[in-house]
Amino acid sequence: MNDQLTRQQFWRLTAIGTVSFFAFWYLARALHFAPPQFLPMPHEVVMKLVDLLYNPFAGHVLSEHMLASLTRFGMGFGLAALIGIPLGLAMGWFRLLDDIVTPLFDGLRFIAPVAWVPFAALWFGTGVGGPTLIIFAGAFPPCLINAYRGARNVDVRFLEAASMLGVGNLRTITEVLFPAAVPSIIAGLRIGAGLGWMSLVGAELIVASSGMGNLIVRAQSAIATDTVMAGMIAIGMVGVVIDVLIRRLERWLLKHRNA
Amino acid sequence: MATIEFSKVTRVFKRDGKDFLILDGINLTVQDQEFVAIVGPSGCGKTTCMRMAAGLDFPSGGTVKVNNTVVTEPGPDRAVVFQQFALFPWKSVHENIDFGLRSKGVSKEEREKLIAHYIELMNLKGYESAYPHQLSGGMQQRVAIARAYALNPQVLLMDEPFGALDAQTRVVMQEELVKLARKNPRTVLFITHAVEEAVYLADRVVVMTSRPGTIKEILDVKSVREAEQWDHHSRIEDVMDLESFVHLRTRIWKSLREEHAGTDH
Repeated sequence: MNDQLTRQQFWRLTAIGTVSFFAFWYLARALHFAPPQFLPMPHEVVMKLVDLLYNPFAGHVLSEHMLASLTRFGMGFGLAALIGIPLGLAMGWFRLLDDIVTPLFDGLRFIAPVAWVPFAALWFGTGVGGPTLIIFAGAFPPCLINAYRGARNVDVRFLEAASMLGVGNLRTITEVLFPAAVPSIIAGLRIGAGLGWMSLVGAELIVASSGMGNLIVRAQSAIATDTVMAGMIAIGMVGVVIDVLIRRLERWLLKHRNA
Repeated sequence: MATIEFSKVTRVFKRDGKDFLILDGINLTVQDQEFVAIVGPSGCGKTTCMRMAAGLDFPSGGTVKVNNTVVTEPGPDRAVVFQQFALFPWKSVHENIDFGLRSKGVSKEEREKLIAHYIELMNLKGYESAYPHQLSGGMQQRVAIARAYALNPQVLLMDEPFGALDAQTRVVMQEELVKLARKNPRTVLFITHAVEEAVYLADRVVVMTSRPGTIKEILDVKSVREAEQWDHHSRIEDVMDLESFVHLRTRIWKSLREEHAGTDH
């Protein structure tokens, strides 16, 4: 089954999926699946989302919560990429570094980011530092692993050509391994951004006094389910935007390659 | 003075715990500024010979020396032109040629002069900022040759450089390489399975046996070429029609045919 869908077929199927989803949602209310205040309806959620843009909840309007979350995300994710990519490439090139880092890393990467919450709060506080560490813990492994795999899978012809041209270690890493590994690195960034963004909300549920996770947990204690859902939707939409931006970055980085 | 010297070279590959002898007792000296072509059935280890001179592979026994020094690693004094070009797809033509020059500690102006010279020489003018995938196979291989020549290597190692090109392009490239090689002589080790190409380009042609590869015979082409004045013909087809050329070609063909008959496939 690999026949290509036409554009028209694609949109038709998308419409069918979306309409059924909302139909079930409204049906759930009609069938009294849950008390009305526990199951807000789509239009109520949308109205709440718009409302949150103007009326503060838990001390801030939606854009301020989002900005607080994005700042933490940017720092944690940026740090993960900035350390993970060069380290992964270097591990792919220097066998010794690979042997030193890999065992330690393999042990640490299976610890769920949220498990770092107690230490994150104790070491770096609940403002920016603590949540940043948790996002870092989520985003770092895919950044590192994919850069490493990308570097290890570089076509040996390119490495032979570089060594024949007398190119040294640093330039081999930056001008051969890195560009050759870009597709793999981007895939790692996308996974890392997803995991980081998800860990962030988890972190903010527990620590932090602002941000999207904080908004949701406060709304929960106020049984403002429409606010909870509005927050979830905003998180999802921003997540999609982050992913699209990373794919743009990939297209820009690969603009000179053949498809 | 740049010579390549294989003495008693053997090479054993291990696969599934078994040893495969692929080269056995290779003795060959390529003289300074001499163009030597190696022909042989596929799998005879001719590419391995080139890779050992490049420092990309190492003998299991015997020694490979370039300039009387045992080869231990690849280096820009022994430029390689690979069969699959091995241009960096993320670098433009200019950047590909410049990449090796930048590690030689040559000044920026000097590099630009060299790049411009080889771009001109290899008919690449106007394509400096093009990327490899935008070029035809023939042009890509010209970039690879320019990249190798620009390093001003003492030794040039070419592994079936025209093997991936179509017949017409290959002829053009062969003519260009002959012009370049006569104008700018280097010590060249040229690997090919195309007999005509070997006879047309080389000073000496080495014929190898099928696996385990040994040297079957070495033919002196240069003396014939000079005596019969092949270089007075600028077109490859005129040379290939000469009786002296046909004679040499047929001789090598027969020699190779015996090798094919001796193998099971």
